[in-house]
Formats: sequence, C-alpha cells, structure tokens
Amino acid sequence: MFEPALSVLLQTQVPNVHEFRITNIFKPLASPAAAERTAAYLVLAITAVIFVVVAGLICYTIVRFRRRPGDNELQEPPQVYGSNQIEAAWTVIPILIVFVLIGVSARVIAAIQNASPPPQSVKILLVGHQWWWEVRYPDYGLVTANEIHVPVSSDGKHATYLQLTSADVIHSFWVPQLAGKTDLIPNRINYTWIDPRQPGVYVGNCAEYCGTQHANMLLRVIAESSEEFNAWMSAQRKPANNSDTQLSAAQTVFGSLSCVNCHMIRGTSAIGAFGPDLTHLMSRQTLGAGVLVNNTENLRAWVNDPQIPKPGCLMPSMKLTGPELNQVISYLQSLK
Amino acid sequence: MAHGHLVAEDALTMERQWKLPDRGTVGIVFLIVTESVLFSMFVIAYLIYLNKSLVGPYPKDVLELPILASICLLSSSGAIVFAEHALKHNRLGSFKLWWAVTILLGAYFLWATAVEWRKLIFEDHLTIATNLFGTTFYSLVGLHASHVIVGLIFLTIVFVLTLLGFPIQTQLRRVLFLSWYWHFVDAVWVIVFTVVYIIGLPR
Amino acid sequence: MAAIDYPLQRPKAEPGEFSFSETLYKWVATVDHKRLGLMYVASALIFLIVAGIMATVMRVQLMFPNGHVVGPDTFNRLFTMHGTSMVFLVGMPMVAGFANYLVPLMIGARDMAFPRLNSFGFWIFLLGGLLLYYSYLGGGGLSGDGSAPDVGWFAYAPLTERGFSRGHSSDYWALGVLVSGFGSIASAINVIATTFCMRCPGMTLKRMPMFVWVMLIDSWLIVVALPPLSAAQVMLLLDRYLGANFFNTQNGGSAVLWQHYFWIFGHPEVYILIFPAFAILSEVIPIFSRKPLFGRPAMVAAVVAIGFISLGVWAHHMFAVGMTSWSNTFFAASSMLVGIPTGIKIFNWTATMYGGRLRFTTALLFCCGFLFQFLLAGLTGIMLAVAPFDWQLHDSYFVVAHFHFTLVGGLVFGLFAGMYYWFPKAIGKMLDETLGKWHFWLFCIGFNLTFIPLHFAGMLGMPRRIYTYAPGRGWELWNFVATIGVFFQIAGILFFIYNVLRSTLRGQPATDDPWDGWTLEWATSSPPPEYNFEKLPVVRSSRPLWDLKHPQDPDWKWE
Ligand code: HEA
Ligand code: HEA
Ligand code: HEC
Ligand code: CUA
Ligand SMILES: [Cu+2]
Repeated sequence: MFEPALSVLLQTQVPNVHEFRITNIFKPLASPAAAERTAAYLVLAITAVIFVVVAGLICYTIVRFRRRPGDNELQEPPQVYGSNQIEAAWTVIPILIVFVLIGVSARVIAAIQNASPPPQSVKILLVGHQWWWEVRYPDYGLVTANEIHVPVSSDGKHATYLQLTSADVIHSFWVPQLAGKTDLIPNRINYTWIDPRQPGVYVGNCAEYCGTQHANMLLRVIAESSEEFNAWMSAQRKPANNSDTQLSAAQTVFGSLSCVNCHMIRGTSAIGAFGPDLTHLMSRQTLGAGVLVNNTENLRAWVNDPQIPKPGCLMPSMKLTGPELNQVISYLQSLK
Repeated sequence: MAHGHLVAEDALTMERQWKLPDRGTVGIVFLIVTESVLFSMFVIAYLIYLNKSLVGPYPKDVLELPILASICLLSSSGAIVFAEHALKHNRLGSFKLWWAVTILLGAYFLWATAVEWRKLIFEDHLTIATNLFGTTFYSLVGLHASHVIVGLIFLTIVFVLTLLGFPIQTQLRRVLFLSWYWHFVDAVWVIVFTVVYIIGLPR
Repeated sequence: MAAIDYPLQRPKAEPGEFSFSETLYKWVATVDHKRLGLMYVASALIFLIVAGIMATVMRVQLMFPNGHVVGPDTFNRLFTMHGTSMVFLVGMPMVAGFANYLVPLMIGARDMAFPRLNSFGFWIFLLGGLLLYYSYLGGGGLSGDGSAPDVGWFAYAPLTERGFSRGHSSDYWALGVLVSGFGSIASAINVIATTFCMRCPGMTLKRMPMFVWVMLIDSWLIVVALPPLSAAQVMLLLDRYLGANFFNTQNGGSAVLWQHYFWIFGHPEVYILIFPAFAILSEVIPIFSRKPLFGRPAMVAAVVAIGFISLGVWAHHMFAVGMTSWSNTFFAASSMLVGIPTGIKIFNWTATMYGGRLRFTTALLFCCGFLFQFLLAGLTGIMLAVAPFDWQLHDSYFVVAHFHFTLVGGLVFGLFAGMYYWFPKAIGKMLDETLGKWHFWLFCIGFNLTFIPLHFAGMLGMPRRIYTYAPGRGWELWNFVATIGVFFQIAGILFFIYNVLRSTLRGQPATDDPWDGWTLEWATSSPPPEYNFEKLPVVRSSRPLWDLKHPQDPDWKWE
C-alpha cells in the first residue's frame, strides 16, 4: 500500500545494468531485507494513523479554542481537572497498539535471527579493518578484499552465511537491499545471512563509526549465477600470474619495495597481512574500499599517494620514484 | 485581592504542624544511592570478567582470604555505633575512645590491603595491566579502599577537632551522617568480599 | 491575618550602584540559587551557539556530494564535539539551570537545601566544559584542530583505547565529561533534598507544581543513571593510563561492555534531557489556556513510569551488536512501552488546551511546535524500537533525524517556551513579542526544513558520521534542503539573541505577575529578592495564586 507513494518520495537514480547503487531500504532484493520491509510498512502504517489522528486533534484544539477578539477576558473558561474515562481510553488504546507492535517485532526478529543455514549455503568470514574489508572463504581457502562474491539465490537455497568479526575496532555490515546491520566486533563473532534474488552489484557501507575514514569504507556484494560464481572462485584460487617474463623486472621492483610487508600476493614473496590481499587486484571494481573506480589512472594515483584520495588511511604514501611507480603499476595490472 | 482566603488560625496550625524530613538525611541517602550504583558497575564488571583472563595469575593462585581485616572493618561499624551512642549521652571520654577504636580498625584494614597488594604486585606479578583479573580486582578493591581512605580522613578530622576541644556534641547530626557513610563503606565491603573472595575464588 | 498571607508586598531587589569588580565578585562568589540558575542557563546558551556553529559547518560540508569544506579529521571532531557539547554542556546545565532557578520559588522556599554544594556544582560543570574545549588548544596546539576528541559522543571502545586513539583527545573527552557529571549529580541531589525538605507549609507532594514533580523525577534519574557513565569513564581512563584491560579486546576485554555501560546511562539521559521540556510545558500550557493541567495525577504517574521504564530499555541502541533474539525482543518491547506514558502526556496537554481560551504568546507557540514535533519524534522512536526496522535504520541519518526531532523539536522548543515565559520573572523585563514571533517562525520552519529531509536520506541508506559522500545515491536533494534549513534556524536564533539583549537593556519593565500565573514564583517581585519571599507562603492547593485570585471558587475545595 505504501510502496508507490514511498517510491515517489524516495526517488533514486536509475541504476545502470550491472550496479545497484540503490541503497533504498524499501527496495529489498533478499529475504532479511524483505522481512524488515514488511515490518517497516506495518509500523509505518500504524504510526501514520496515530500521527494523523493525534496531530489532527491538536490542530483542531488550536484552531477551535484560540482566543478571539470579543472573548470575555474576565471570565475564565470552565476549570476541568480531568476525566477518568477519557484518560483510561487513551491509556488502553495505546497499550493494545503496543502489543500488536511487539508481536510483529518478535516474529520478524525470530524469522531473521533464528533461520538455520540450508545445506548448500556458502560460508564467509568477513573481517573488518580500519577501513577496508577482508573477505575469507574458509571452505575454499580463499582470501580477498572489499568485494563479496556470492551466488544468486533465486531458488532460496543458496543463501550465504556470514561470520563477522573485526581485527581492530567495531565496524558494521550493511547492504540495505540485502540485510540490515550486524556489527563486526573484535573478540567476538556475529552472524548474518543474505540471499540475493537477482544478479548484480549491491552497495553497502560500514555503518558503525570506526575512525577517520569511516565514510569511505564501502562494500560491494556481487551476486552471480552459480556457474559464474564457481568460475570466479576457481580463478581467484589460482596464485598470482608469474609466468609473464616481460614483467619479471617489474615484479622484482615490487618485491624490493616495502609493499610486501603489508600486502599478500599469493605465489610471490609478498606475504603481508596488514593491507588487502592483492593477488587478483585487477578483478576488483574499486580501490581503497570504494573511494576510487579501479582503472589505470586511479591505480596510479592511489599507489603514488593514497593519502590524497583517502586522507588518513593506513597505507602511507610510499614516495615511489617515477620509474618505480611505472614498474609497480604495470606489475599490479598483471594481477588479473 | 491582597488577602488570601485562608483563615488565620487555619494557616497557623498548618504552619505549626508542618514537618519535613531533614535535608542532611535526604542528601546523604541519595549520595549513598549514587555511590551504590557506581559500585555495582564495578561489581558487575568483576563478575562478567570472572574466569575470562587470558593469562595468569588467576584468583585461586594468589588470593588469600583477608579474614582478620574484614573482621576489623566490620567491627569498626560497631565501634562507631558505640561512639555515637556515647556522644548522644554526652559522654565525651567514651566517645573519644570508641572513635579512636573505629579509626584504628579502619586503618588496620587499609594497611592489610596495602600488604596484600604489595604481595600481589611484587611476588605474584599481578598488576592492573596483567590480565582481566588484575584489572577488575584492583579497580574494585581500589575503589572501595579509596572510600575507606575518604572515610578515615573525615573520621580523623572529627577526632582531632575533639581532641582540640571543639564542642563536637553540637555537631551530632554531622557525626551521625559520617557514621552512616562509614556503615555504607562497610556494607560495600561485604559485597566486595563475597564477590572477590567467595564467588570469585573457586576454580 | 495579613501576616500569614501571601506576601504580595515585597521590597524590590536591593538597589544601589556597584563597580564592575564588585558585580563580578557578587556573581562569582554567589550561592544564591537564582544567580546560579541564570549562570547555568547563560553558559548553556553560549555552548548552544558554539555547538550550533559546529553543526552549521558540518551541514555546509554535507550540502553537496564530495564536499571539501573540512577534512575527515576535522569533521569527526566536529560531530563529536557538537554531540558531546549539546548533551553535556547544553542539555544538562539547562536541567540544572531551570531547576535551580524555579524549584525553590515554586515551592515557596528561600533557597536550595545546600547552597554551597550548588555553587560547587556549577563551577565544576563549567570546569568540565572548559576542559573539554581546552582540547582544541592543548595537545596539538593552536594550529588546526588541536586534539579535540574524534570518537563520537558515545565514544565506543575500542576506538577510544590507546592503540586506536593516540594522543590525549579521548582523555579530554573522558575527563571533561566525568568532571561535569559530578556537577550534575551534585545539583540533582540538591534538587531532591530541596523538594523533600524545603517546601512551604501546606505544600504537600500532591500539591507540588507539576514542574517541580518532573524535576524531582529528573533528578532521581540523574542520580541513578549518571554513575554508570562515570564508572565507564573511570575504567576507560584506567585502561588508557594504567594499561588496564576493561575494553582492551587484545587482552580479552569486551567491546560490548562499554556499550552496555554507556547506554545504561545514555538512554535515561535522553529522558533526563527531555524532562525539563515536559516540566515547562506543564506550566506554560495551562496558563495560556486558562485551565488547570488536565489529569494531574496521571501526569505525575506518567513521568514516574517513564523514569522507571527508561532504566530498562538501553539495549535498543544495540540491536545490531548481535544480541540473542530474546534480548532483542525484550528491549524492543520495553522501548515501546515508554510510548504509553509519553502518549498520556501528549494527550493530557492537548486536553488542557481543549476547551480553554488559548492565548498565543511566543511561549505557547513554542509549546505547540513541541507537541507536533515531539509526536513525530516519538513515533519515529517507535519505528526504531521495532528491532527489524532498526537493523535498517540504525546509525543512519534516520536516527539523526529522530533524535534531533526529540532534542531540538522537543527539548530546545520547550526551553525557548520556558525562557519566554520566565524571562520577565528572572530579569524584570518583558521579552518583545513581535521579535519572539519572528524567532518562533524562522526557527520552526528552519528546523523542519533541516530535519524532515534527513529522515529520507536515512531511508535511502545514508549512514551517519560520514564526512563526505559520492553523488548518485539519491541523497543530494535531501542534504541540500537540510543545509538550507540551518540558515533559517540561525536567523531565528539571532532574533532571539537580539531580543534578549534588547529587552534586558531597555525592554518594557515586567510586572510581578505578567501572565496572570498560578504558582508561587509569581507571588514575589520580578526579579525576586535574594531571599525570595519576605514571609513564607502557606498553600492549600496546587494553584495557590488561583485560590487567591478566585476566592469564590478556590481549587482546594476540589481536593
Ligand atoms: C530527548 C530525547 C529522546 C527522546 C524523548 C526519545 C524517545 C524515544 N526514542 Fe530515541 N533517541 C534519542 C533521543 C530521544 N529519544 C537519541 C539522542 C538517540 C540517538 C543516540 C545516538 O545514537 O547518538 C536516540 C535513538 C533511539 C533509538 C536507537 C536508534 C539506533 O541507533 O538504532 C531507539 C530505538 O529504539 C529510540 C527509540 C525511542 C523511543 C521508543 C522513544 C519513546 O520515548 C517515544 C515515545 C513517544 C511516542 C510514542 C509519541 C507519543 C505517544 C502517543 C501519541 C501514544 C500512541 C503511540 C503508540 C501506541 C505507539 N531512540
Ligand atoms: C541538544 C542536542 C542537539 C541540538 C540542539 C542539535 C542541533 C543541531 N544539530 Fe545535532 N547532534 C546532536 C545533538 C544536538 N544537535 C547529537 C547528540 C549528535 C550526535 C553526535 C555524534 O554522532 O556523535 C548530533 C549530530 C548531528 C549531525 C550528524 C553528524 C553526523 O552524523 O555526521 C548533524 C548533521 O546534520 C547535526 C546537525 C544539527 C543542526 C543543524 C542543529 C541545529 O538545530 C543547530 C542550531 C543552532 C545554531 C545554528 C546556532 C545558532 C546561532 C548562531 C549561529 C549565532 C551566531 C551569532 C553569534 C556568535 C552572535 N547534528
Ligand atoms: C603500512 C602498510 C602498507 C604498505 C607499506 C603498503 N600498503 Fe597498500 N594498503 C595498505 C592498507 C591498510 C590498504 C587499505 C587502505 C584502505 O582501503 O583504507 C592498502 C590498499 C592498497 C591498494 C588497494 C587495494 C584494494 O583492494 O582496494 C593497493 C592497490 C595497494 N595498497 C598497493 C600498495 C603498493 C603498490 C604498495 C607499495 C608501493 C603498498 N600498497 C604499500 C597498507 C599498506
Ligand atoms: Cu568501519 Cu565504519
Ligand atoms: Cu534510547
């Protein structure tokens, strides 16, 4: 009932084919978000009625009983101290409404929180870092960053289960079209699940303030068909491309820089764990957890000085010389 | 218009019969309420972090029951009651005696805590930073000890004033409030003792 | 007979010329509840302007996507200092200020129960506030932002721990707020003792003005709800200075414990903040409706109920931390229960106006603004209390909109109503009504223009506490409109400032009882003398001056 009205009010940009940059909570494409919307509509409807009735009453009172010229100023209006019946009425009716609302909440809470994982579901361990996401697929032995690839679950049987934790401070997982928030808390593991109904890219944000660059801690969930997902998975599981002899010089330069202390590139000497895994960097759509689109120009800008696109981020400006930078970029671009 | 509807006698009786609680009493009661909430937060933290330490030493390795100290502190509550009683009946000598006993008992408790901490820190190498047990132990016991110190300071001030000949009988109310505070500090110890040395000890 | 009657004849406040230093000394050294009250309100107003300017900078930054007015560090400090100041240096001193000024006058007392404790409370509050702001100078020095706290007003651990918050910014936050908290507790105990022990003859608890009742419960909430915050801050300082592990997740400490402690304080705190507005409305609406407060016993019961239930709802700020479904359900339910007594209050205020003869002074206009806005705020609160809905709305701009509707649309509107109403009593001059109406309409329009759109931004997925955002998510329009609204708010507040200054200097002198009031503060001169009442009044009902003015139909006949 609310949908048309709200979608006019909450008009968002038309998404391009691949990317849902919509983060409208009323356009869910997964079960948890859909259940949340159902609860939301019900609550919105009830509160809207309450608002109209009560605000209407106040309006009526204000207009009807305003002082008018010609009123007898010396005569005070009748002094009414209260009325038990009326007061009982406006205590009991809200009590009833509140019980309805409690019932709705309880049911939806249970439906979302107590759902048990279907057998085929993919399991992911999502680790928050200041200010990027580490994505682990324990069953596949894969580690990647900032983009979560999951199978589409149009049949409702390929839900993805996420275990959430953090390496430093508290972050929060929020992809509005898929599910509401669940926090990533150090020293603790939380759970949530998503089952995207349509292939596409779903954008989310870190939703718990986590320091300087909280604003630029974006997250993408990429839902694709099982085949695509499996293809992606097997490509990702391969170690980095080292065979290209043309690039061995570039690779040597990279290996000699301190990048390797913070970044992992599987199959090379780069085994750092402080920053995102770069093994298949070029397969990602963005850089720096969503601040930049991943293209040559931006990659160059990022490596040259990440503090410009993302001031305060924990990757220092590496102060590479021009030739070093060229080599590093050409090497990074080979990481398909 | 300048005259109310009240009939004179009516108002006079009302004025005469008008009795309200003593403000000092209300003040001290609510001070104790706030303090209790403050203590419960530290007690809750202690309970939540019980057996959660990642490294030792653990309570069972290092804690010894401070039986004597506890007996002293609790009996000081009795002593201060006697002192109060003596003051009410204007027996100054007896008041001074019991007051001194209160102070000594409290001071012994504090000293025992100091000895305990010394042992924990230097022999068992348990500091506030060592583990969660150290963190919650020192903060809870320390918060209590700081209250004992404050109490002792006030008790001593009263004692010195009395020795100097200040007419303490005129301050009966304030002495009473001080003794309430002291009882409160003792009562908190009962809880701290239970939590730290009884609930917290096994395992 | 006259001797025991209401002392309608009182000398004016002491005349005479004083040099500047004498005047200064009189204010600094004062233990008079009225002066302390005014000092509280004045410092709160100054902090309101400072924190409001910070809000303005934030809004300008967010007006367009990819804003470049300030950088991330500055922005994070801005919202932290804005939120912290508004709550601890505007809201809390307003509670203390109004209570201090009015409670003794309304209960017919000559002063508070502990005048010196009172002055201690004020100065330590101010010390805490200045300490907090010193962070802009200390540490990093005068250049740039210094080391103002940048951890948000609820300073979630472990972001505040040594490892993630270097320097001293979090220390300033913890110490400044801790210290000013002591002041609040001191003043709350004082208010409680005053209401229990200083009432004039005949003023039973049943006859106590509604204002005093609300302030009593408010003070009770402060007494029981502030210590958890103090405890948590002490723990944090132990962590930071002595290496304790309360919130140090590396050593097994819990990040969630801080949240529990903070919100056990934090939720009651929001009612602590709104109660003064409730108190003010309960006095202002009856006077300008010319009717007694409708359903007084229910109104008292409602505040008491809110005061108790609000102690058990704190985890509705934590629906996303992964509590069990049972806890989530419990806290959703308890939060919604608060709506019932709050509803009673709204209905009873409306019923008070119903059948009355409404005189739309600026004060009553602000009350009406309150009614609509607080209704909406409460209903968005109910939406947030529905845990599944909150999983979507939590930490989004919807929450920002919700709480500004409660705090600005509710609290600030209520405070303005109170200021217009009691200004004549406190200063002895009338505030100008025309300027007042300008103030009201500009502020009301500006406020709604700012915060209604932010609900939509939140529903479109805009998280709070972001210093910038990329275009294309549908947030542009809402943010733009919101920022425009701020300028209307500023204009409104400038009218207020001008009005206060002008009226103080050469306003029309106020009579002792300009609104035809019913409570005891209108029975003494404007401004009241230092000792308030020459003769202590004796009362027989909750509207003593009504009884006096209507000898044929006094209230006490109905008791
Ligand atoms: C003055 C301050 C104030 C007040 C009065 C309230 C009142 C309420 N608030 Fe609000 N709230 C805040 C200040 C306040 N809040 C702040 C500052 C935050 C954010 C903190 C932060 O994160 O920074 C917050 C956040 C907040 C959250 C957490 C959101 C999140 O972070 O995810 C929730 C969730 O339940 C909530 C709920 C409520 C409810 C249920 C009420 C209720 O008390 C409202 C009751 C009123 C009504 C319901 C309207 C009148 C009633 C009727 C007309 C009767 C009929 C109604 C029914 C039957 C429903 N609030
Ligand atoms: C009482 C509480 C209160 C009040 C009154 C306000 C008032 C305002 N607030 Fe605030 N706000 C909070 C409490 C409050 N806020 C809290 C608790 C937070 C959360 C912080 C956090 O996340 O940690 C917050 C956060 C917050 C945010 C979110 C920041 C973020 O998440 O990134 C925003 C953004 O729009 C905002 C805006 C405003 C605006 C525009 C006003 C306006 O209404 C302000 C109007 C006032 C002025 C504009 C001053 C006017 C006067 C002048 C300019 C006169 C100058 C003249 C002279 C000097 C003579 N506030
Ligand atoms: C001190 C540790 C550190 C060093 C040294 C370091 N990085 Fe990084 N790097 C990081 C961190 C942390 C991030 C994540 C930043 C963010 O998104 O906030 C990152 C992000 C990146 C990204 C973007 C990855 C993505 O998926 O978005 C690239 C590319 C990158 N680094 C390349 C390099 C190169 C090339 C070097 C060496 C010249 C280097 N880094 C050196 C820590 C480091
Ligand atoms: Cu991570 Cu906010
Ligand atoms: Cu709350």
